[in-house]
Amino acid sequence: MNEFITTRDVHLYYGSKEALRGVNLDFPDKGVHALIGPSGCGKSTYLRCLNRMNDLIENVKITGSFKINGEDIYGPKTDTVELRKKVGMVFQQPNPFPFSIYENVTYGLKLSGIKDKQLLDERVEMSLKQAAVWDEVKDDLNKSALALSGGQQQRVCIARVLAVRPQVILLDEPTSALDPVSSNLIEDMLLTLKEQYTIIIVTHNMQQASRISDTTSFFLNGELIETNETKHIFLNPEKQETNDYLSGRFG
Amino acid sequence: MNTKLQNKIAITIIKAIAIMVVIILAFLIGRILLQGLPHISWHFLTSPSRAFTAGGGIGPQLFNSLYLLLLTLIISFPISLGAGIYLSEYAPKNGITTVIRMAIEVLSSLPSVVVGLFGFLLFVVQFKLGYSILSGAIALTFFNLPLLTRNIEESINSVSNLQREAGLALGMSKWRTVNKIILPEALPGIVTGIVLSAGRVFGEAAALIYTAGQSATNVNFSNWNPFSSTSPLNLMRPAETLAVHIWKINSEGIMPDATAVSAGASAVLIIAVLVFNLMARFLGNYLYKKMTSAETK
Ligand SMILES: Nc1ncnc2c1ncn2[C@@H]1O[C@H](COP(=O)(O)OP(=O)(O)OP(=O)(O)O)[C@@H](O)[C@H]1O
Ligand SMILES: [Mg+2]
Repeated sequence: MNEFITTRDVHLYYGSKEALRGVNLDFPDKGVHALIGPSGCGKSTYLRCLNRMNDLIENVKITGSFKINGEDIYGPKTDTVELRKKVGMVFQQPNPFPFSIYENVTYGLKLSGIKDKQLLDERVEMSLKQAAVWDEVKDDLNKSALALSGGQQQRVCIARVLAVRPQVILLDEPTSALDPVSSNLIEDMLLTLKEQYTIIIVTHNMQQASRISDTTSFFLNGELIETNETKHIFLNPEKQETNDYLSGRFG
Repeated sequence: MNTKLQNKIAITIIKAIAIMVVIILAFLIGRILLQGLPHISWHFLTSPSRAFTAGGGIGPQLFNSLYLLLLTLIISFPISLGAGIYLSEYAPKNGITTVIRMAIEVLSSLPSVVVGLFGFLLFVVQFKLGYSILSGAIALTFFNLPLLTRNIEESINSVSNLQREAGLALGMSKWRTVNKIILPEALPGIVTGIVLSAGRVFGEAAALIYTAGQSATNVNFSNWNPFSSTSPLNLMRPAETLAVHIWKINSEGIMPDATAVSAGASAVLIIAVLVFNLMARFLGNYLYKKMTSAETK
């Protein structure tokens, strides 16, 4: 496998609490990669290392090596602003800005200095289409994004990330606050996006992981227990813990 | 005693206390308005006060109150905005910021007389600013800063952390996230806080008696050059405000219609403060609706 993202010997401490205990995990370019495991095992913590969102928390200590396409994420020359344009993130709770849908989607672009109205219009349409929400909002792009339903808001948030053309998209339980119909829309969307993007998704929904992901990694107590092709993990896991978790014996 | 009965008794007592507070308040406001409203006229609101004869108004005092309020806000808003942003977004949790927070608490609980005397000693006497609008505005700033800072800090804190993460995850710098996302969302709360503090500042007397002074010098309302000593805009002239005027008439007023002037001025003051409070609610709600409404443009 040619690895796109490589992480080696990752330790993360919140103060004195060790939340990640030496994780070695790689992701190939493109495709959907799922992170699963019981609550509190460190999935979000790991995910947030990849776009350095953990930097914002006080008293965090991170060691190990993180590379995207050979470039060091935590290198001294890395600009977090540039990094986060390359590695977009979608959160559990939809968090649109209190502006119009149009402004939400173009925000990242305007930030990078793009002012050409026609280009902005094109990107908005394309991103909203990719995020499977264009048909629902195309007539009121000037409406506040806060006036949309939760499921629509989440898809607009995904469009907001897509508009800046990232290489990697991180999603932390993006559908756990949504109804089943919206969840399905987002799952289908991720399946079409995986041709162009490297998608890493944290999920508690085992059906979701098995339906959309190509590889799955199982975390437990801050350690990576097992990572493999999704079929493999779900049909014949190699580790006892994985088997116990998937058969619902804990977590 | 069973819990249902306990509950009933507790609720009845709480209700009775609440009703009592409302009655006292309504009685006070009603009395002031009933006594004062008949004396309010255009003439009363615009003509100068008279020390010895009847028929004086409160024009200069009303102007002074508004002008002082404006100056106070111009000085205190930028400072408390900066302090509020720093405390909520940037301040690390360490000894220094704990001390800053405590200092703000203490400052906000200082009696305003103390603030006034402090202003008198430091600005009026030490810095030789004299009894002046500037001294008064600085004293009022001391009085206003802690509350406004706290209000701004709280308004910013109440913006969901999700918004900060959204901004940063999109590649915005911290400053830009604060500036473009957090502040606009906190705006309704901040505006409400400013207008409410304006009401408190407007009614303040004790902090001003020894700083802005107790005399309304003759100003010429057609002279708007702020450097001329007879201009109403002049910062260095003493300026009795409406609240100070009321206090003074009641303690040493010798004009024949002192009671009437005092009643009228009190009614004007109460109305102004009520208007500030209503405006705070209205503006806050309006801005909030505007931020979250269906049509943003
Ligand atoms: N900001 C923080 N400060 C201190 N400890 C934290 C912080 N965030 C997470 N933790 C701890 O680190 C561990 C891993 O948390 P994390 O959020 O990564 O778990 P998770 O696998 O995402 O769980 P969930 O499925 O519930 O979202 C937990 O024990 C948690 O209590
Ligand atoms: Mg999590």
